Amino acid sequence: MSQMNMIQAINSAHDIMMERDPSVVVLGQDVGFFGGVFRCTDGLLEKYGEHRVIDAPIAEGGIVATAIGMGVNGLRPVAEIQFADYIYPGFDQIVSELARLRYRSGGDFFSPVTIRTPCGGGIRGGQTHSQSPEGIFAHISGIVTVMPSNPYDAKGLLISAIESDDPVVFFEPKRIYNGPFDGDPEKPGVPWSSHPMGEVPDDHYQVPLGKAAMVEEGNELTIICYGTIVHVAQAAARTTGVSAEIIDVRTLYPLDIDTIRKSVEKTGRCLVAHEATRFCGYGAELVATVQQECFWHLEAPIERVAGWDTPYPHAFEWKYFPGQKRLAAGIRKVMETA
Amino acid sequence: MTQKPYLHIPRPSARPGETPDFSYLELSDAGTVDRPSIDEKAKNIEYLSHDLVRVLDDDNHAKGPWNPSLDKDTLLEALRYMVMTRTFDNRMQKVQRHGKISFYMQSLGEEAISIGQGLALEPGDMLFPSYRNQGLFLLRGTGLVNLMCQCLSNTGDMCKGRQMPVMYHDKENNIFSISGNLATQYPQAVGWAMGSAIKGEKHISVSWVGDGSTAEADFHYALTFAAVYQAPVILNVVNNQWAISSFQGFAGGERRPFAARGLGLGMPGIRVDGNDLLAIYSVTRWAAERARSGHGPTLIEHVTYRGGAHSTSDDPTRYRPKDEWAAFPLGDPMNRLVQHLVALDYWSDEDQSALEDETKTMVDDAWKEAVSFGTMSDPPFLSTHLMFEDVFKEIPDHMENQRTELLELIGETS
Repeated sequence: MSQMNMIQAINSAHDIMMERDPSVVVLGQDVGFFGGVFRCTDGLLEKYGEHRVIDAPIAEGGIVATAIGMGVNGLRPVAEIQFADYIYPGFDQIVSELARLRYRSGGDFFSPVTIRTPCGGGIRGGQTHSQSPEGIFAHISGIVTVMPSNPYDAKGLLISAIESDDPVVFFEPKRIYNGPFDGDPEKPGVPWSSHPMGEVPDDHYQVPLGKAAMVEEGNELTIICYGTIVHVAQAAARTTGVSAEIIDVRTLYPLDIDTIRKSVEKTGRCLVAHEATRFCGYGAELVATVQQECFWHLEAPIERVAGWDTPYPHAFEWKYFPGQKRLAAGIRKVMETA
Repeated sequence: MTQKPYLHIPRPSARPGETPDFSYLELSDAGTVDRPSIDEKAKNIEYLSHDLVRVLDDDNHAKGPWNPSLDKDTLLEALRYMVMTRTFDNRMQKVQRHGKISFYMQSLGEEAISIGQGLALEPGDMLFPSYRNQGLFLLRGTGLVNLMCQCLSNTGDMCKGRQMPVMYHDKENNIFSISGNLATQYPQAVGWAMGSAIKGEKHISVSWVGDGSTAEADFHYALTFAAVYQAPVILNVVNNQWAISSFQGFAGGERRPFAARGLGLGMPGIRVDGNDLLAIYSVTRWAAERARSGHGPTLIEHVTYRGGAHSTSDDPTRYRPKDEWAAFPLGDPMNRLVQHLVALDYWSDEDQSALEDETKTMVDDAWKEAVSFGTMSDPPFLSTHLMFEDVFKEIPDHMENQRTELLELIGETS
């Protein structure tokens, strides 16, 4: 066991997989010599060489496409897209090619690519370094979409992603790379060493894809969330004094419906929260699922807290970001009804 | 608008009712273009990207430094597969007209490219084809019946009914799955070649796009990555002059040949007579040896003409002169090979008729066998179960539930 932040945990997952499986290769902008702009691939080039840790041209479509080709040729590529905001040039290759290859070839071809990309706001990144496009990917048939909320899960999920023969898009909420964030930007940063999920095994382990985590047990309300918002939701629930059960879905697709169903059947109330914009956001799917699965157990309408439907605004970051105040208001609203 | 607009809108040399005009095509005489060594730097061989490598001359003789001097058996094998491709296309075009398949795309006039290149490559080389490379599948042994079953989306379909016709693949014979999205396979081929180089293997990859698709970003990703990593790959542009109704000028072909697209990256380009099987074979061997020996990628532009419609969904007489193919200065690739063989005294008109009859019988027999696996209207039909498989390696629970829901609804629960 070691104390790790998310960057170190992600780095460790790479290191372990590259050590265990010579077919694992890493590619992306600045991932090699520099070790990645967030340092997630730091030290890998020295250890595994330039033929396995490959600096790539600034062409996200080319990075995804060449990763697909390498995967077809028996390698197990882990591609980094430097910011999720820059993933769109690779979108066609992800949607039309990576996600569809196994299906369209009758199961004859597949490419086990993992695409990692830092996402989310809270870092003064404005509209080009703060986006949360995970819902777009969760909508695509043929892709596993993942977003961890802590170092332990980040390492275990990334190992599962790399070992999976299905394509995985792995979103890393960059605001919590260095420590959990409760949504209050005025408070001094907290390191992962103060959090139980910053305790990470040094060796190989998996956190299974498609399984949600019960972050906190409660009996009055279920909060379904993922990524940075998990920590905001915990803090917000404490301020309200409501006994909230907090579920971190971890894998957005395929979704662990059982865990959600059991919780909402118990609490009878549900709040869905994410950073991404609200309209057609991932939360809409969560709400629809809860409505379908748990309708007769619901005691109040399901509430949704999300980013406003604007681009991510630089100057208004903390009015945009769904912080404790908005989460708490959402919690109170669900609790007050009926 | 008060001033005269001056935006340049490319115009083809002729539209329906006008006289075909190929004066825009710069041609070289057969045998006149030098053949450099395979390790020559791109900057020293820029002439290859604007001259036209040709081997067969107007008298049907092979000449010059690019003459691959193929033996009789290889030449006859090439002809056999070209005839097979054309016969197969004819038949599939007809069955589409009869409503037996939903769609088809012929390679009429472009057969020499797949056959010439296929013969010049090694079986372990990975092919990333476009939708007009059916000759590659025939040459590598996918088999007429398998190709037909794919077009029929029947129980013999390699794609299990998931793709429209002509989107074949053949894993066993190293031919990648065709995507309906244009040019996406191009940078994937580069990635495959990078993988080969990472593993220290000698297998190369080869990919094809049309002139129109060179405008896609994927084309440029492919060239950049291929050049940056000196990947062992051959990238082909099949310039058949037409992208549905848009002539090649709409992809930027008006002022410089497509073969020159790689020069800015230091990638050699070769412009070859795409209706000259010998020239195609020869430049492919050159590029393959160059790639295999670590000297990097090559871009090959095949100057050819799309003899038929883009697909069964368009009528070319609406957008180009009816007699344009007949006026194309590089002729018909199959006839040119036949005439070469006749000139060598290897072949006769009677031999050609016999071959065409033989392949027609093979195609007829294959069709009978293919429809025995079902058609869109006649059983056996594909199991609905297949619809939910292969999205992922294992079917997720919620999709299994959807499958059950559908099967119950349509009464196929057994």
